[in-house]
Amino acid sequence: MTLTSPTAAPAPPTDTHCPYCSLQCGMRLGVGEGTKAEVLERPDFPVNRGALCGKGRSAPALLARDVRLTGPLLRDRPGGPLRAAGWPEALDRVADGLAQTREQHGPDAVGVFGGGGLTNEKAYLLGKFARVVLRTANIDYNGRFCMSSAAAAHRKAFGLDRGLPFPLDDIPRTGCLILVGGNPAETMPPAVRYFRELRENGGRLIVVDPRRTRTAELADLHLQPRPGGDLALALGLLHLVIADGLVDKDFVAERTTGFEAAREAAMAHWPDRVERITGVPAHQLREAARLFGTAATGMVLTARGPEQQSKGTDTVGAWIDLCLATGNSGRPYAGYGCLTGQGNGQGGREHGQKADQLPGYRSIEDPAARAHVAGVWGVQAESIPGPGKSAYELLDDLGRPDGVRALLLAGSNPAVSAPNAGHVTERLRALDLLVVADLVLSETARLADVVLPVTQWAEEDGTTTNLEGRVILRRRAFDPPEGVRSELWVLRELAARLGVATGFPVDAEEAFDELRRASAGGDADYAGISYRRIAAEDGVFWPCPAEDHPGTRRLFLDRYATPDGRARFAAVTHRPAGEEPDEAYPLYLTTGRVLAQYQSGAQTRRVAELTEAAPGPFVELHPRLAERLGVADGEPVAVTSRRGRAVAPARITGAIRADTVFMPFHWPGAGRANSLTNPALDPVSRMPEFKVCAVRVERAEQEVAP
Amino acid sequence: MAVVGGGMAGARFAERYGALGGPGTVTVYGAEPRAPYNRVLLADVLTGRYDAESIALPLGGAEARPGCEVMALDPAARTLALADGTVEPWDELVLATGSNPVLPPVRGLRRPDGPGLAEGVHTLRTLEDCGRLAEEAVTAKRAVVIGGGVLGVSAARALAALGVRTEIVHQGTHLIERQLDGEAAEVLRERLLALGVETYARNRARAVHGGDRADAVELANGYRLDCDLVVLACGTRPRTALAYGAGLPVGTGILVDDRLATAGPHVSAIGDCAEHRGTVHGLAGPAWEQADALARRLSGADPDARYTGSLQRARLSTGDLEYAAFGAVDETLDPGLDVLRIADATRGSYKKLVLRGTRLVGAILLGDLATVDALAGAFESKEPLGGHPLHLLTRGES
Repeated sequence: MTLTSPTAAPAPPTDTHCPYCSLQCGMRLGVGEGTKAEVLERPDFPVNRGALCGKGRSAPALLARDVRLTGPLLRDRPGGPLRAAGWPEALDRVADGLAQTREQHGPDAVGVFGGGGLTNEKAYLLGKFARVVLRTANIDYNGRFCMSSAAAAHRKAFGLDRGLPFPLDDIPRTGCLILVGGNPAETMPPAVRYFRELRENGGRLIVVDPRRTRTAELADLHLQPRPGGDLALALGLLHLVIADGLVDKDFVAERTTGFEAAREAAMAHWPDRVERITGVPAHQLREAARLFGTAATGMVLTARGPEQQSKGTDTVGAWIDLCLATGNSGRPYAGYGCLTGQGNGQGGREHGQKADQLPGYRSIEDPAARAHVAGVWGVQAESIPGPGKSAYELLDDLGRPDGVRALLLAGSNPAVSAPNAGHVTERLRALDLLVVADLVLSETARLADVVLPVTQWAEEDGTTTNLEGRVILRRRAFDPPEGVRSELWVLRELAARLGVATGFPVDAEEAFDELRRASAGGDADYAGISYRRIAAEDGVFWPCPAEDHPGTRRLFLDRYATPDGRARFAAVTHRPAGEEPDEAYPLYLTTGRVLAQYQSGAQTRRVAELTEAAPGPFVELHPRLAERLGVADGEPVAVTSRRGRAVAPARITGAIRADTVFMPFHWPGAGRANSLTNPALDPVSRMPEFKVCAVRVERAEQEVAP
Repeated sequence: MAVVGGGMAGARFAERYGALGGPGTVTVYGAEPRAPYNRVLLADVLTGRYDAESIALPLGGAEARPGCEVMALDPAARTLALADGTVEPWDELVLATGSNPVLPPVRGLRRPDGPGLAEGVHTLRTLEDCGRLAEEAVTAKRAVVIGGGVLGVSAARALAALGVRTEIVHQGTHLIERQLDGEAAEVLRERLLALGVETYARNRARAVHGGDRADAVELANGYRLDCDLVVLACGTRPRTALAYGAGLPVGTGILVDDRLATAGPHVSAIGDCAEHRGTVHGLAGPAWEQADALARRLSGADPDARYTGSLQRARLSTGDLEYAAFGAVDETLDPGLDVLRIADATRGSYKKLVLRGTRLVGAILLGDLATVDALAGAFESKEPLGGHPLHLLTRGES
């Protein structure tokens, strides 16, 4: 292990990975001129082969002391200022507050909120801390806002949830790929190479998006549905595949169940009707069905567009149905996959920071799973709480009589990233105790009673699991500033103060080895994965049940992870969004990301070159809508929903549907997109509907956009 | 919960009622011998594009009772009587009895020796109809379709696709006059001709000849079209006998209010059999909108759900014959209307906007549907169009 500090003599560079998105691009960290941390290419790592986007290249900017937290902060009284404090005082305050709340209101009044950016080790120990130390059912994480619909649909269909069932480098070898509601050209630029190569190899690319994004520009065919139309669109394509005799009958008979019910559902979605629901002309539906149905192999990838809806699970289920009906699953160069979002979106949901799961993707309600994990933890199975509230429900109840009153939050910034964020901010303020562990003073940390400064990617060891299910290893390249501690250390200190003296290792590898045991035999089985193997093999794909197991690059080639080994069709029907436009709110709002910012922006907004490239929020709208509203490019417009109002400059472009406006969600304040979004939840995944709500748009006469 | 009629409206209601978590158990009584299926696809079942087996519709957990014709209703006792004499109780009744094909006043349609149509004479309303017609189309050389509405055109196209030389006899001034204007119909006629379908508009069939087996259609002008098949496509008439017999008010269809309730307590009606605000729609789109609204109301998901009418919208999307028509398309009926029109004879397309001031009141796209989404949006939103409505007719940035 390389252990260097920017102030020490130059040492050999450290191989590690980018702190941002789910690609987890390989990068090399060295010490450049003036002892500054420097990002170097790591061309031998297969996922990105050296390529990095501006976010990854500029990541070391966050190592500077002036943009980050360097010591704990405390608030002495509600409404008072945050002041600097020492670690013992801060930890005592947290432990006392958690204990007091538990005593007065019961263990479920204490909550934990995690994040999909945390390493596997942190996510695992955060879940263990909640169940073993706090004994609360109420732990969930921001991945609920990210991956949960795809995860739920995956598990229903295949019995197992791994973002991609194949490695990324299978993509250029498929015949036709449908990318639904994803914009990798902006959100994960190094992945675009795979789509380009696909086309260079003669494969066809179909992009589904209400906006003609940079990604859609690459496509052979761009389908531009209304927000919320993705489910009907998938069923419309399934309908046409059936009508045109493109069903792989042998595959359906041998490897699936439930086709007839799915076919009935598809028959209720004939082309005229789907055109009417989605706005995609019937001739384009036919073209898409033909391209996909006649290709030798095909893939469907979904991202947040179809998933972040109150029908996200059903929507993903319908796209999986399309793959199953055409035999595009369970064989090489074919299948359904999900482009995960956060850096550890995949691993973060596997090891126990989700309200209903225990490590190894085990169900918290399964007695055998509870017994196994209890054994590893050295506790009684009965002592492990049951399932708790999902993320939005947990946030919505904060500070209420039956809600969480003391919250420990790590790796998340819900004051910007949660739906209906104005309301969520109020709920965070209503807590008796809010503790935030972060590397910067995020908008949520500003609301906290105690802020704990923690280490970041280049300052710690730990594993993440990228969108391919490839477990990779981040390495410590630099020492953190004095006064900054790792979350693992924080958890150990808090556990000790709350009466649990053992079981919270500070060393990441030791924590990982325990995670391996806890996951052994589960769906996401890491038992055979070691730090040594990850380093030697450029990552190891789970499941990997034994040291001599090669890992699983491609899933489901022989059987699915269902009890009978067959994939299950979903029989689903289109339904409207939680909120559809009407006379008072006549337009759709959809939200998303821009190239130079990441998630709530807590990190990227502190990087000068990124903020220069993407300085603030905007409202994208069609020229005809702009004309009707009397708005010129750059002028401030107000967007109003039933939940709130946001003001930002107009960005006029013919690339968006005329009935839809788009806002990026990286910013707080007046231009906060999530002031508007609708927390209508998917009934299965509890995913909020970030991608569709009804708004009114007006000129903002006297207001100045931030 | 009893649904009488296993057609489009009844099946949709049952599926939505189940999906919305309606508390009742639903039974769908259908006179046809098979479970509900998508009638919209029948023309393409005829061409063989769909298997008859594969067009079944989902019922959301409802029990389907095919081959179970309801003979009588007793709204006071809340019972219904089946053809086999059994009486079934219900708490809530949905009439979705649909419509019957209209038989035109043409001599020789019926068997000389009894009820039923003569050999070789077909309607195209059910899968059974479709199966019989498909069977005979295998050996048929020539067919005459009586009626040039949507169904007639679809049937003619399907028969032509099966290699049967087909002629349409149409009483009106032009094809599909409910949805298209004369110029659009002319483009459509030429497109049909290219598929091998001849059209005789302003012509009435007077008689079918051939006795036991139809072998010619005689027109009012005396002209005689030899054929092996006759298909009747002269519109439909709501099936209201059951409601009428039960004492429910009936106009053209069974009268319903915005709740889709009939005058009888706990009896509703939807789809082709229902008359709402003076209109019987007779199309799948409005039927499903009615079914959705009623399912919301009766499932308890939205006890106040109302149906306030459907926008007039028609669509044929078979690839080689494609059009969309919205609202009022005949500007000659009202001097306050303006027209914007693009006709492209080379590409066989015809596109037209009917405007009142800056508001869109009707439109036709035929042959080139590239702007169908923008046009549908403009029609539905009822917003003023601004100065440049051309984007509704041609792609490219405004």
